[in-house]
Amino acid sequence: MNAPLATAREGSGYAGPSNGCRLDTGGDGLSAVDNPLPEVIRERGQREVFCGLTGIIWLHRKIQDAFFLVVGSRTCAHLIQSAAGVMIFAEPRFATAIIDDRDLAGLADANEELDRVVDQLLRRRPDIRLLFLVGSCPSEVIKLDLSRAAERLTARHLPAVRVLNYSGSGIETTFTQGEDACLAALVPQMPASPSSDPTLLIVGSLADIVEDQLVGLLGDMGIDRIACLPPRRADALAAVGPNTFFILAQPFLADTARALEARGAQRIAAPFPLGVEGTRRWCWAAAQAFGVSEQVFAHTIAAALQRGKKALEPWRERLSGKSVFFFPDSQLEIPLARFLSQELGMRLTEVGTPYLHRSHLQEEIDQLPAHAQISEGQDLDLQLDRCRALKPDLVVCGLGLANPLEAEGFNTKWSIELVFTPIQGFDQAADLAEIFARPFVRKQRIAGIPLSESGARQRIAIRAVQAL
Amino acid sequence: MKLALWTYEGPPHVGAMRVATAMRGVHYVLHAPQGDTYADLLFTMIERRTERPPVTYTTFQARDLGKDTAELFKNAARDAVARYQPQALMVGASCTAELIQDDPGGLAEALGLSIPVVPLELPSYQKKENWGASETFYQLVRHLVPKTNSADAGKAGTSSTPAGKDSHSAIANILGPTALGFRHRDDLQEIETLLAAIGVQVNVIAPWQASPQDIARLPQAAFNVVLYPETAGQVASYLKRSFGQPHTTVMPIGLKATEDFVREVARLAGIDPDQALVRAYQSAGSRAGWYAASVDATYLTGKRVFVFGDASHAIAAARVAAEELGFTVVGLGSYSREFARELRTAAEVYGVTPLISDDYLEVEQAVEAASPDLVLGTQMERHIAKRLGVPCAVISAPVHVQDFPARYSPQMGFEGANVLFDTWVHPLMMGLEEHLLGMFKGDFEFHEGAAASHLGHGAAQIAMPPSPPSGAGVKPETSPSMPATQAEQAVHDAQPMASREQFMPSLQWASDAEKELGKIPFFVRGKARRNTEKFAVEQGLSLITKDTLYEAKAHYGR
Repeated sequence: MNAPLATAREGSGYAGPSNGCRLDTGGDGLSAVDNPLPEVIRERGQREVFCGLTGIIWLHRKIQDAFFLVVGSRTCAHLIQSAAGVMIFAEPRFATAIIDDRDLAGLADANEELDRVVDQLLRRRPDIRLLFLVGSCPSEVIKLDLSRAAERLTARHLPAVRVLNYSGSGIETTFTQGEDACLAALVPQMPASPSSDPTLLIVGSLADIVEDQLVGLLGDMGIDRIACLPPRRADALAAVGPNTFFILAQPFLADTARALEARGAQRIAAPFPLGVEGTRRWCWAAAQAFGVSEQVFAHTIAAALQRGKKALEPWRERLSGKSVFFFPDSQLEIPLARFLSQELGMRLTEVGTPYLHRSHLQEEIDQLPAHAQISEGQDLDLQLDRCRALKPDLVVCGLGLANPLEAEGFNTKWSIELVFTPIQGFDQAADLAEIFARPFVRKQRIAGIPLSESGARQRIAIRAVQAL
Repeated sequence: MKLALWTYEGPPHVGAMRVATAMRGVHYVLHAPQGDTYADLLFTMIERRTERPPVTYTTFQARDLGKDTAELFKNAARDAVARYQPQALMVGASCTAELIQDDPGGLAEALGLSIPVVPLELPSYQKKENWGASETFYQLVRHLVPKTNSADAGKAGTSSTPAGKDSHSAIANILGPTALGFRHRDDLQEIETLLAAIGVQVNVIAPWQASPQDIARLPQAAFNVVLYPETAGQVASYLKRSFGQPHTTVMPIGLKATEDFVREVARLAGIDPDQALVRAYQSAGSRAGWYAASVDATYLTGKRVFVFGDASHAIAAARVAAEELGFTVVGLGSYSREFARELRTAAEVYGVTPLISDDYLEVEQAVEAASPDLVLGTQMERHIAKRLGVPCAVISAPVHVQDFPARYSPQMGFEGANVLFDTWVHPLMMGLEEHLLGMFKGDFEFHEGAAASHLGHGAAQIAMPPSPPSGAGVKPETSPSMPATQAEQAVHDAQPMASREQFMPSLQWASDAEKELGKIPFFVRGKARRNTEKFAVEQGLSLITKDTLYEAKAHYGR
């Protein structure tokens, strides 16, 4: 395999958060080196988003021998089970150590209690290899030192179980940033790379089927040293070193990227593998970094590219010209908006995102149409006012807002489906498009039914739907 | 600190949200971080509400902690009042904000708003959701109902008012229904209809769709109908102490309880109880009684039922099970520690050990040990039952979206009795089917591997739990991997694992016993095997023979 060409490019000047507080966006200013965005609305009011604990829901499915123990309150336990759809699995690989009054009285007792709870847990679950102590808002506020606890517990339970920690607390992390914190906690555990052969590291949790497809494609074009973070099993954690070139598969991994860079790895700048074009450019960025020729690249992706484009066509016809508004949620908003605009011809109104990482999103931002209004952070009531004024054809929002907006007459797409469905890659591009088209299709199918209990006053109106 | 896999109740501020969301004209400013906004989903998705709950969250972040979170709270409260124009403002803190001790009540008072401010102190590290709802309702009543003097107390019906003499005495409040309550929407409709039928007027319903002005009018009724003690018990006691309003104590779930309720309401309303009952039956009746007495219900006799839920629903369900369906109550429990006494009293009636626990694994063990034919519980027990292969029906919160059906489906009153009959009996094998399966077991076409006949010959064979050749337990699909080493097995044995069968390596099944077990219909085979093994262990046997099987059967008398 050829040595990589130029070292991976990356945006210089990281206009990101200081000192672990990921939400610190206001007033920090843009780096002079980055292209400044035209008028990004920045707001600091009520946010309607999940905290980082919710990441546990997909991470525990991804890392199959890991257990996630939240150290928090009954609110944390209630959140996770509500978000996990209540009791899908009768004994899942996550739980909450619920803090009570006695623990609040003295931290020494709280630590003993935590050790006891962990012992109890590990006795029940001898199949666990990796235990994450996950910090919450309460554990952060009372300054319960979970990293110290993790060290202590690792010393007790090795070699059977390693104990790590990260914070999923909502005062520190928003939704998908929970994954960032988790992966960043894994990076120091990655063994030092023993070789100098360049290795590609794909960073970010992807559905197994998508991961296999992308790894397969990259392998076919000659990149034969590929690893993924997170691994599917705790003992399969890849090595890292100056020979590691990592490419982000998800746009919310600021701390993980920084941690990898601290281990000598270099980031390959790329947009995200959403849509046919997005996937193509993402794969090409990796291919270029590993010295794959244009011909080999084009040949390898030809079939997938072709069928991906073909599959997108009917969705483009349906969605082209329709306007869309994004409420902030997963940080996927910018690349999704780019996909909808570029590949499906939708018209972007406001694209809200909880946090905008300039350098990681640069390749996406460059492809957004000039008229797109980006907002960062949130003031919910003000944003709802703007949405109502704009009257978009489709509103992408969380489940706390979806039904109320539907009742107001809006067409909505509930955003969390985008986090739990395989949407990356050539062969999922049409699935992704269908997710956005489905609300329109449904409205057309059930058009005319009375919406209110008292009869026919409200009926679903078809808003600007083209003939299908 | 407690290891919790699942929690039966949410934190207390969710109870407060249930009250605020049920009402009209109130707004709740909750000092809380952004993650707490998950709670909105419970209302918009599980209950399919068309409006956001009337809650503003301050969503303070880590960087705010060093600075002025109090200012953040005041701004949020001011903005919320200006935008939503509520008649009253509820303020409080969720678990995290409780730790930073900003005193939302004091801060809100300092704003000098023209509307009443109701501060809520809900200790998040001690209390839970139902208590939170009850306390919130109580604080609203304390703050919004004008104080009276003793002269005014006579305005409401007192116990000294002669029955029937005062037409005012037939006016009642209905207390208790909240948002996200288990069938509150439909129970309320059923009871409203029932009260109208017997001639009782309704003054105020609260918290459901009550405004602060409505709350203020609560003392104008003669008595209170308490639908749910968990949410309204405290308010009812307060109204009795302060305004002399007596309240109902019967929860009208089941035919007999509904009749008791009608009589109780009649007495409180100064109406002849027999007359009231006649009027009630004229307006609506129930088929449930006839169905329970009909021939096809004979097979229900003695079916073993395990009951678990919030205390009032569990206690009511046990009575229906025993006295209206002829079931045998083999377990009764609740996660509501506040009502432990009531639950223990009820358990004594059925001769079962009461289970007061909010540890679902403990509940699962108890269900497994009881070997019931039917589980009546919450969504948690529904999953326990599914994993054990036992039929089940949901009778109480914790709830999920299925518990808010599109159709009218009360638990209370006459229609409620119909609903109970259908939903509790339906999961059981139909009587005639059970007899036929027994008669034709071993039939060449009618074996357990055959697909259901209405699916056609091409249908895939149903995978049935195999008769175990050894003493090993049947692995449920979702369980984690079985312990691989001896050491792990010892550990495994030492701790009863909720997701596995009891593993008894020293117990052997002789081949004649295995064969005999295979003749038992598949839907009771699991129970038969468990009972036999349990019996064998108790008898100190290491080999299970055909005789053991039948001795066990005789021993457990089934």
